[in-house]
Amino acid sequence: MSTSPTALAPVVVLAGGLSHERDVSLRSGRRVAIALRQAGHEVIEQDVTADLVAMLTARPGVVVFPLLHGGVGEDGALREVLALLGVRFVGSRAEACRLAFDKSVATPLVRLAGVTTPEQVALPHDMFRELGAASLVRALGERIGFPMMVKPARSGSSLGAGKVDDLEALPAAMVGAFAYGTTAVVERFVVGSEVAVTVIDTPDGPSALPPVEIVPISGVYDYASRYTAGDTRFITPARLDDQISDACRRAALTAGRTLGLRDIYRIDLIVDEHGTPTFLEANVAPGMTETSSTPLAIEASGRDLGKVCSTLVQLAAAR
Amino acid sequence: MTPAAPKRGRRWCQWYFPGRCGTVDHVSEPEVVRHDTRLDRYVDHYAARTHGMRASAVRALFSVANRPEVVSLAGGMPNIADLPLDVVGEAIRDLVLEHGVQAMQYGSGQGEPRIREHICEVMALEGIDAHPDDVTITVGSQQGLDLVTRIFCDPGDVIVAEAPSYVGALGTFASYQTRVVHVTMDDDGIDPDALRAAVESSRRGGGRPKFLYTIPNFNNPSGISQSLERRRRIIDVCRELDLLIVEDNPYGLLRLEGDPLPALRAMDAEQVIYLGSFSKTFAPGFRVGWVLAPHAVREKLVLAQESATLCPPVFSQMAVSTYLERHDWRAQIEAFKDMYRARRDAMLEALREYMPPGTTWTTPGGGFFVWVTLPDGLDAQAMLPRAVSARVAFTPGTAFYADGFGSRNMRLSFCYPTPERIREGVRRLAEVVNREYEVNRTFGIGSQQSPHHGTDVSGAPGPDQS
Repeated sequence: MSTSPTALAPVVVLAGGLSHERDVSLRSGRRVAIALRQAGHEVIEQDVTADLVAMLTARPGVVVFPLLHGGVGEDGALREVLALLGVRFVGSRAEACRLAFDKSVATPLVRLAGVTTPEQVALPHDMFRELGAASLVRALGERIGFPMMVKPARSGSSLGAGKVDDLEALPAAMVGAFAYGTTAVVERFVVGSEVAVTVIDTPDGPSALPPVEIVPISGVYDYASRYTAGDTRFITPARLDDQISDACRRAALTAGRTLGLRDIYRIDLIVDEHGTPTFLEANVAPGMTETSSTPLAIEASGRDLGKVCSTLVQLAAAR
Repeated sequence: MTPAAPKRGRRWCQWYFPGRCGTVDHVSEPEVVRHDTRLDRYVDHYAARTHGMRASAVRALFSVANRPEVVSLAGGMPNIADLPLDVVGEAIRDLVLEHGVQAMQYGSGQGEPRIREHICEVMALEGIDAHPDDVTITVGSQQGLDLVTRIFCDPGDVIVAEAPSYVGALGTFASYQTRVVHVTMDDDGIDPDALRAAVESSRRGGGRPKFLYTIPNFNNPSGISQSLERRRRIIDVCRELDLLIVEDNPYGLLRLEGDPLPALRAMDAEQVIYLGSFSKTFAPGFRVGWVLAPHAVREKLVLAQESATLCPPVFSQMAVSTYLERHDWRAQIEAFKDMYRARRDAMLEALREYMPPGTTWTTPGGGFFVWVTLPDGLDAQAMLPRAVSARVAFTPGTAFYADGFGSRNMRLSFCYPTPERIREGVRRLAEVVNREYEVNRTFGIGSQQSPHHGTDVSGAPGPDQS
């Protein structure tokens, strides 16, 4: 089964899927596939279809590089299947993905590890239905205060998330979040610079890449700002004092270690006016599109995307 | 300023992930020069009209709709599986062998004379008496719309359109920086009094309404058709107002019951510019459409067409001509109608069976679409991701308004999936609507307006995404 240390393992880049981030996933997959081919790997690009299992079992020794965003791509479901089949893959294991994907789980865990997180309340839809929404909505307003962020607990992208400025707008935002799942999290809105830190495993251990500062031109980093080239400024490394920049990288490493993440992941943070990095979320399948921050961070660290991906594949092959 | 090293976390996580807690932090990298990028070096060079072209989450969802697991009621692709491919294949073979040198050469900017004669025969079925000289061939009727807007509209000009109206037209109008004023419809189509009021009000406010854009037969997206009497009144009002009519008629020959009604152009040759298409009566891949316009307008259109394409594709035009000459295309349209009738009926029946009370929809006499109005407070666009998770797709109503309305509406297409799949799709959709209805009730959300987005033409699928 094991590949010899010098031979480059054949790779199945898994992209697409049936989530609403299919399009983004396909773009990430295409980019990684090209980079891995340039690095000398034999690469098959594969969607999540009924013939996936047969396809993988027919290719012993292959390493899967999952680039599925949202849903089964990030919640651990697909990686559980890969582990079950004995297929080696790049990225975090299913149990870590389950923790990271659910903001109502990941945020308290990361807070326990000493990283600052926004105050958060997580509530399932059932509670509102059974206990009456009006009083709970009011209590949320009093407890968290405005402005606040309302998000689906389990979602890999900004879809369903919204900033709420007053009590009147809160019910509609809750409905918007519940469109994506049964539990919503309500968090205090943190004002500051949005920063993304990518962590990659190297033979010497995990390495936090230079933080990327994200400045949406419209002021809101929504779907259109994320995926329209030109709509967002990416500043690498972020305009932070060295101390604060190091704090961001340490926070990212701590969050990743706490959740048990490995290989490659991205931690999104907000740096407030006091220079404190606040953990927002962990991404086990960071976007690798032309408008994603992870490839920019790799480039800024003086590395080559193809070589980084290739190293990760070889690490996975040797497991 | 720097947070303390998270010692507590390390201890805490040791029981949770043993073996991963002792790794060394590598935070010191050789920093490189700061790189500030918007990932598009030309971002400051685009024209003003380009700024509206942005990525859209709704549009991204339609890439899921293409997957076979999903029943797509979103697209507008005609079902051309029943076309006689052997006849078409033979015709194209002979075209290449016998007239290939001409077919693969540049041609006339106005289009080939032979197909312009054929088009006059096609239009005669809807009462239009036209001369081939007044026909300009375009790359689909979509390009006809583009050329008409190009020669008539300056930025800021007003175009009057039905509410709701074809998303592809709204996109074209936005790209010329025009302003769309919507006019309400009833069961007989656009309301003539509202039309008059809208134009007069716009003119009083200094606006320059250039034309009425209307789809008189089976409006996309609503499925509503203008009655004969309504057509007469609309023409009368437009004559009085001296307002040009742009009549877009891709579906007129797909009237599922009875004979086609006369086109607006059949009633007035001077006030009306007519857009026609082979996409729904033959096949869209050839991209052959046309504009029938008064003589002077036609001259401008040909010049505009020469600037845009030099000439529309000669090969496509000759292929369509050969098909029309060799095949009983009228019988083919009848066969298409039988097929679409079964699909429409399947959709209407499934809607009656599955949709919750308070939901209403149109009953189109032809075309491709049913327009659904959801119970008060439901937001169709917010529901789309949930629908896609339930393996069904539709087009949110907001795509068909330039002013942010339509949040309670969805367009369902019955053209492409089989009747069985349509039924299953509506069943899945109804489940989503019911769940959404329940969440809304929990939060006491009744009537509320959706935010005004301006023209969001990215809210509809691309033409190939059915």
